[in-house]
Amino acid sequence: MVTHINFTIRRIIAGIAILLLFIVFPLVVRQPFHVHVMILVFMFGMLGVAWNIMGGYAGMFSFGQAAFFGIGAYTSSYLSIAYGVNPWIGLVAGGCAASLVAAAIGYPCSNLRGHYFAIASIAFAEIVRIVFNNWQMVGAAEGLSLPMQNESFANFLFNSSKLPYYYIMLALLLVSLAVCYFIATSKMGYYFRAIKESHKIAEVLGVNVVLYRLMAIMISAFLSAMAGTFYAQYILYIDPGSVMLLATSIQIVLIAMLGGAGSIMGPVIGAAILIPASEYTRVALGYKGTGVDMLIYGLLITLISMYYPEGVWKLFSRIGRKLT
Amino acid sequence: MPDQLLQQLADGLLIGLMYSLIAIGLTLIWGVMNIVNFAHGEFLMLGMFTSFWLFTLYGIDPIFSIPICFVSMFIMGMLIYRFIVSKVMKGPILAQLVVTFGVSIFISNLAVYFWTPDFRLLPSTILHGTWQIGGIALSIPKVAASVGSVIASGCMFFFLQRTRTGKAILATEMDREAALLMGINTERINSLSFGIGTALVGVAGAFLSTYYYVYPQVGGLFGTIAFCVVALGGFGSIEGAFIAGILVGLAQTLGGFFFDPSYKYAIVFMIYLITIWIKPQGLMGW
Repeated sequence: MVTHINFTIRRIIAGIAILLLFIVFPLVVRQPFHVHVMILVFMFGMLGVAWNIMGGYAGMFSFGQAAFFGIGAYTSSYLSIAYGVNPWIGLVAGGCAASLVAAAIGYPCSNLRGHYFAIASIAFAEIVRIVFNNWQMVGAAEGLSLPMQNESFANFLFNSSKLPYYYIMLALLLVSLAVCYFIATSKMGYYFRAIKESHKIAEVLGVNVVLYRLMAIMISAFLSAMAGTFYAQYILYIDPGSVMLLATSIQIVLIAMLGGAGSIMGPVIGAAILIPASEYTRVALGYKGTGVDMLIYGLLITLISMYYPEGVWKLFSRIGRKLT
Repeated sequence: MPDQLLQQLADGLLIGLMYSLIAIGLTLIWGVMNIVNFAHGEFLMLGMFTSFWLFTLYGIDPIFSIPICFVSMFIMGMLIYRFIVSKVMKGPILAQLVVTFGVSIFISNLAVYFWTPDFRLLPSTILHGTWQIGGIALSIPKVAASVGSVIASGCMFFFLQRTRTGKAILATEMDREAALLMGINTERINSLSFGIGTALVGVAGAFLSTYYYVYPQVGGLFGTIAFCVVALGGFGSIEGAFIAGILVGLAQTLGGFFFDPSYKYAIVFMIYLITIWIKPQGLMGW
């Protein structure tokens, strides 16, 4: 018992130390590009955590997360442009909109498993992309540009520095990790894992499979949409070609898988490996449209799924256990 | 108006038969191995480029490069199965889903690297021009591709139902363990099926190159549609894929005709989602 408490305390201390490191990082490393890469790490970490709730825990492998990301980005941006709604309200509104869409699509798909669910999620995300690509009200293929406003925390807009974006994204990531931790340690998490193992057995044990699957999808959609709103406020321009791509959806799955699907920190570690790797190779190779960076990326995906399908989290936790 | 409608029906049928030909290979792979091959569209692209370069460099007409496409893509499929896909067959289901995504990104960007992302179109080959029948115009390359699709599907059906190897494939598809107990080398069946599936899409690529743009990213759209066709027809069902391909082609052109052409693919995906909602195993699946 004593050793167990000791172990927990050490883990908490290690967690706080890592968090402090991230808080200090942009104050020490001042080059905007490095800060930008870290912001992307946090954002894709959050998207990975969101995917993990439905994929890693509840066993629904979604290849259409970009649709929720995009819906979040579009909802807050449209509300802000058309009605002057504050982006912070848009953040919640986008989450709600994505959750509603997720429920509408998740309910009919509640019998689908494995590959079947994966293909259905691609079809769904493609429909969403095509609709936004032709929807004049939200700018169709041209997308939406957010108007310049005074920079302030209330406006969710900062021109002079990336620092506020960095801390906001870090906070959002922590929120999503807290949600994931709560789910993983609560009854809901056990239900999710039971559903992942077998629908039939979960049902026999008295788990309302349809309801809990819907909850997993809706929570995941909500968090992904929040990341979408953040992206819109950060880049200030969105179009279906940048926020609703199949490539983004695949990247999210890959991040979660590389880190370790079904573990709380896994997706964050996956993002911390993959995002800097792809950003810095792109810079190093110089983007000339020759596809070399994507070539390496494809090779990486293939190798990871062949040799590290369980993710590096397992490796990390083994090392961590030895150290403590 | 009736002429226009007939024209749309004819176009839908022609593009639908193309989808059938693309989807047959995919459904075979899926049925036998329970693997979703996301690189299928990229194999189509390789078939198209093979036929394109054979014509451009050596003057071999696409109609004669079909056997070359078949053989080279067959070997390619076997190699990819042996060295990549077979390695994840026993791994987690997520790895099985993601590995072919990796292969697909790799192949399409390799094509970008060697051949640039440009759109290319074959100049008029032996198959060109249009037939005027009454009020409707039929493009001859498309008709040839459709005939090819029917022949290939027929051959495939015959192969599976009548030959020993074909029956072994079907047996593996129905019950892998039982097939293994009956003395079927299921590992060999796997690589054979992957090879045949890839070879068929290579043939589809050769036909498609006679009337469609050849470019490295061409596989994305056709690949996604092929998944819907396969799922609609029932996973692993050749007849199902054949019929579903035609249905999807018709849905696409008629949907574009009655609603809005820019939504035609959204309509296809919508029909797919509605079908699996009502009948998750697809039209002909079990």
